[in-house]
This record gives sequence, C-alpha cells and structure tokens, in this order.
Amino acid sequence: MPFDAPSDPDAFREKVRGWLEENCPESMRTPMPEDEVVWGGRREKFKNPDSKVWLERMANEGWTAPTWPKEYGGGGLTREQAKILEQEMARIGARTPLFSFGLWMFGPALIEFGNEEQKKRFLPDIVHGRTRWCQGYSEPGAGSDLAGLQTKCEDKGDHYLINGQKVWTSYANEADWIFCLVRTDNTVKHEGISFILFDMESEGVETRPIKLISGSSPFCETFFSDVKVPKDQLVGEVNGGWKIAKRLLQHERSSISASGFGSTRGTGMLELEEYAKIHVGTDGDGKLLDGDLRGRIADHQMYAKAFNLTVQRSQQQAKAGQEVGHTASIIKYAAAKMNQDKHELMVEALGTEGLGWEGEGFDRGAKMVTRGWLRSKGNSIEGGTSEINLNVVSKRVLGLRDHQ
Amino acid sequence: MTFILTEDQEMLRDTAVNFTRDELPVKHLRALRDAGKNGVDPEARQKLAELGFFGVLIPEEYDGVEMSMTAFGQVMEAQGRTLASTPLLQTACIGASAILMGGTEAQKKEWLPKIAAGEVTTALALDETSHHNPAGVATEAERDGQGYTLNGAKKYVQDGHHADMFIVVARTFGEAGDSHGLTLFLVPRDAKGLTVQALNTVDSHGAAHLTLDGVHVDDSHVLGAADKGMDILEPVLDRGRIALAAEMLGSSLAAFEMTHEYMQTRKQFGQLIGSFQALQHRAAKMFTELELTTSCIAAALSAVDSQRNDIAELASLAKARASETVHLVSNETVQLHGGIGMTDDHDSGFYMKRARVQEALLGSASFHRDRYAKLNGY
Repeated sequence: MPFDAPSDPDAFREKVRGWLEENCPESMRTPMPEDEVVWGGRREKFKNPDSKVWLERMANEGWTAPTWPKEYGGGGLTREQAKILEQEMARIGARTPLFSFGLWMFGPALIEFGNEEQKKRFLPDIVHGRTRWCQGYSEPGAGSDLAGLQTKCEDKGDHYLINGQKVWTSYANEADWIFCLVRTDNTVKHEGISFILFDMESEGVETRPIKLISGSSPFCETFFSDVKVPKDQLVGEVNGGWKIAKRLLQHERSSISASGFGSTRGTGMLELEEYAKIHVGTDGDGKLLDGDLRGRIADHQMYAKAFNLTVQRSQQQAKAGQEVGHTASIIKYAAAKMNQDKHELMVEALGTEGLGWEGEGFDRGAKMVTRGWLRSKGNSIEGGTSEINLNVVSKRVLGLRDHQ
Repeated sequence: MTFILTEDQEMLRDTAVNFTRDELPVKHLRALRDAGKNGVDPEARQKLAELGFFGVLIPEEYDGVEMSMTAFGQVMEAQGRTLASTPLLQTACIGASAILMGGTEAQKKEWLPKIAAGEVTTALALDETSHHNPAGVATEAERDGQGYTLNGAKKYVQDGHHADMFIVVARTFGEAGDSHGLTLFLVPRDAKGLTVQALNTVDSHGAAHLTLDGVHVDDSHVLGAADKGMDILEPVLDRGRIALAAEMLGSSLAAFEMTHEYMQTRKQFGQLIGSFQALQHRAAKMFTELELTTSCIAAALSAVDSQRNDIAELASLAKARASETVHLVSNETVQLHGGIGMTDDHDSGFYMKRARVQEALLGSASFHRDRYAKLNGY
C-alpha cells in the first residue's frame, strides 16, 4: 500500500516508525559486512536475500531517493521529512538499502540539466537500483586539471563516436552505464566539453581494475575505441558539459561531506574512542590511560563536530537564500583532513592490532580499519586534491591573484 | 539550532561593529596603554551603558533590554574585532547571569538595574593558581554568626583592578578539588580586609590579584545556596566561555582581514606577496579554521537561547576551537607581516598579546579538550 506522508512532522515520524517496524527485515537491522553492501545494477547478486527485499520495499516508496520528485520514482519528501526518515532508520540501526553514484551524484545533476525524456528513462532505474552508474571524469593527462581532458567525441550524423581513455573510474568494471565528460571541440578548453551517457556493454569499451595500496581495486582504467553512442544520450547542450560537470562535482563533494567519507555506522567497525578504550585501557573514572592520545582524540572529535556544525550552517544559509559558496568551498578540504586524521588515530589506538593485513589472528573490524586507513589517503586526492581546493579558496573566495 | 541571525540581532551587530570601529579602535587601546590607564576607560563604559549593551541579557523587569545570548555574542564579536577593553564579559554576561540564576528576588532588584545602567561592574574571583580550575578553590568561608568570614587569595581576576563588586567563590565545605562545597559571595570592592593588587598585563587590559584577609560577608550577600555554588557556577562559566569565544572570533577575523589586506598590497620580487602559493594556502587554511570556528560559536550561542542540554559540550567546543584559531591567526598575522609585524607601531602585536590572554581565561584549549573528552565518556 503506498505510503501517504502526513505533513505534520510528529505524525510523519510515527508513521515512518510503524512502516519501518513492519518492513525492515531483522537481518537488515544488524551491522553490514562490506560484502553485503548493495550497489545494484545488472551484476548485483544480493549475497543476503533480505537485502533484496529491503531494497525493493524502500524503492517502492521512493525512499532510496527520498527528496527526488515522485514522478521520477523518488519519495517526494521535504528535507525535514527526509531527515526524520534518516533518524528513524538510524534509531533501529537499519542498513542503507542502496549505495549508488546514481543517487548521490548523477541523479541530482540529471534532474537539473536533463530533458524530460532522459529523466523518465534513467531516474527510476537509479531509485530501484536496476542500473549502476560510474563516472568518466579523470584521464591520464587530466587529473587536477580536469578540463584538460582529451577523450574525443565526434558527431557522425546519426550518432556520436567516442575514442579515448579514462582513469580512476570508480567501479567501472561493475557498472552498467557511464556518465562521461568528452571533448566535442578541441579549439577551446572549458567550452569544448560535453556530458554524455552510454552503456558500458557497448562495443569498444574495455575496463582494467587498478590495485590500490589498501589491496582493493575500486578504480579502473577505462578505454573507448570507436564507441557508438545514440544522439539522444547527450545531456544539455553540445559543448555545455563543463557547467554540468562542476555541479556534479558539488554533489560529489557534498555527498562526500554528508557521509564524512563514509561513516563507520553499520559496518561492524567501532567508533574511534571505543577502540581506544578497549586497546589502550581506562582508569577508574573511565578516562583513557594514554593522556596524550586522549587529547588528540578529543581534538579530532571537536574538529569533526565543528565540521558537522558547518555543514548544518551551510544548509540553513542556503535555505534562507544566503550566499554559501564561501562556506561550501572549505567542506571538501576539511572532510578529507577529518577522515584521514580519524583513520590515523584509529590505527594508532589499535596498536599492533591495527597492523594486520588478512587471515586469522586479527579482528575483522580491525582489519577494516587498517584497509580504511590506507584507502583514506585517497581522500585528499580524489574529487579535487586538497591543494586544488586550497587554490579555489585562495583565488575565488579570498580573491588572491596569480603572479602578474 | 539556528545559525541565522534575526533582524534585531543583525541591527545590534551593526550598531556594535560601528561603535567599536569608530569609538574603540585598536588605536584607542594603544592610547590607554600609553597613558598608563591599564585598560580602564570610564567614558567608554558610559557609552556602552547608553547603547544598552550592559542589559542585553537582563530582563525588562530589571531595566534590561532582554535580548538573547546570540545577540550578546554579536556585541562580544564586535569588541573582539578592535580588542576593546570593556567590562562587558565580566559584568553584562558573567555577573548578570550569576545574579539571574542564583540571586534572590531582593538581590536581583538591587543589582540588575544597576548593572544594566552601567552603574555597577562586577568581576568573578575564582581561580587561585595560574590555570583555570573551578573545583580547585581553597579560599575558605567560615560561618561567623550573621554571615561568613572569607580568607584566601585569588589570581589574575579579569577586570579586578576596576570592578565595583566581586563575585567571590569560596569553600564552605570539603577541600580543594571537590566540586561540592563551594559558595558564591557578593563582595563590594571597599569591603574591609580585601586587598586589590592591580596587574599590568601583556594585553594592556589589566587584571588584579585579590587577597581576602578576614573579609566579613552578610548572609544577604550570599549568592545561591551554600555549598552548591557549582550548580550556578558551571552554567555561568559556560555562558562566559561562549561569550569570550565570540570575542575571540572577532579578534581572529579582524587579524585575518588585516593580513589578507596586507597580502594584497605588499610587493616583493615585483609581485604581490598574496600571489605566492605558499602564502595563499596558509591564508586558505586560516579561512577554513575561521569558518569551522564560526559554526561552533553560533551553535553554542544558539544552544543557550534554546536551553539545550548540550550547552557544556558546545561551550568547551567553542572555547577550545576559538583558542586554537586565534592562536594560529595571531601568530600568522605577525609572520605574514614580516618585520613590520614585530614593531610596536603595528597592530599585529596587540592581537597576538590579547590572544594569549583570551586563550588562558576561563580555561585553555587543553582544559576544554579534557572536559570535552570527559563529557563524551573517555
């Protein structure tokens, strides 16, 4: 039965609570092991069958994309209602039913820049986790200087023809479709870029996973040779892709910041201070025995609190129609620093328990911390390096000029 | 939690910013110092009273203007911008809050209208060592028939060199280190047995050491319940810490703006120094700290207004973050100005000297990190 959202917040909360109680399977209220994370798409196997049921129920309400318009499969909720839903899910420890670049990055950009037909065609499949998307941005010669990208897209009359190479494409080997930045004019830089979508099963697409220091391979090299793309899959104007790319990066940075690069909740990992208490020990008052480490943990947690308050402040300002560019510009930089500091402190708090790699003899959560620590080193590189972020603040916010 | 100012709060902020800019600029503090006034400025006190700043937190029934903590924070930020030496933190925030929270109706009627009018200033006499430690009070208060007799000493009392009345924290039970057993007393400056030793401090604002040698205090001058002083003291201190943090944010912002301006005028190697990436990134990092700290202070001010249950945590957050930020920015202000930043003629030094005093008052960053950890169960 479709859920009819009451406008009164308390009534809404009560109704959500009842719905979750009835619809969230028991096993979906336990910490989620990494191999049970649902990314959706054609290749999704649903290791735990309950996660399929859970995703379907949530998606039918549009609650995998709570604030998207109902006409595209979203929940049509207000921000406040979405917050309540999130709180109620957290209250019972409900797992996030779907992890998805479509939800976090591509969807919001398509809602803003796509045409009606594209929205109807792609958004509902994102909500239901039927299509898994990847992002074709960086290239071997275009990292921090993203607009220097060279992947060629030629207009062949009834279709586009794409040739080139992307790198650091997250989960390209597991994705169904790609949203991709391509060059449609090589006589200009930013104004010669277009935003195009295509199926990763198209002829001429090849992916090769890259193994990272953390041992995982979340990224790929992606090659395109003579990939044919129907013309109705270009979003916005030809040569108008940079504007979309930038907006999408904002969604990426804000989804990164909203999750603070992924919270530990629901993953089986403990919080930093819990690890410290277990492995460092406490005195009779519950105070950590290592006073120096305790001070640094407190310092980090205050930074994290300040960060969260800043995200809230920025949201309130945006809602009140105030200029928030200044505040938003520091979010990605601060989020990267925060997450890296947290992981450094976690490994330190764990001591040698935090130095396992695989196999027996180490706690599963601890091994995830170790891998997470190595992975976190990428936070200040991906989605705009910290140095690029500081450049943006210096130049755009503080108005400091280049050498004349 | 609200981060957006109301129209009234914005108006008050503009009034305060304009007032301190025009009437109490750093130049004014410099003049007070050079004239040997030790930060004491009766004329400024009168003007602050006329603007209603002393009564921001005082209800209308006691002749205050009854605004909010967020409103008061705007005044504090404005005075921080120009390093103005005023009795506002001690009197309008700490003194008024202590009397409002702990005072009898008679005490409120007697003191609050005088505070609002700028006729009486107060100073909290709490710490006895060179580090903030509320539970560490050893000054004794002994029953003596119609009241108490106080014996002990207080260190570095902010505004102590000119306050009309002291709020003295003394021990009526237990021993130094116990949270229980403290009592608050209203002690007039001219009380017999009270000696005030004025101090010349690095920030040119001054302060005082107090000695209490058999000072008699009537029962009518006990503030709040005996032995339970901490029940008033903690929330009062938290308000003070939050207000001081707002002042520190103002100082940090002003020092940063001065440095930012200099980066865009000073040339070396034929280039503006602000065009060197090494300096750009330092400026961007300071800006990041300022943004984070701004959020903490707005949240803490708002928490007091909505009587949230995490005021203590947010007060420690605000004071610790403000301390770290003002420390960083004041040091960078001297460094990025280069040689001129080392001269007494330039304002950089004033910001750095005042910063260290702000950092130490009402608990250093280290004190508040420790408190934050405790409040979070580790």
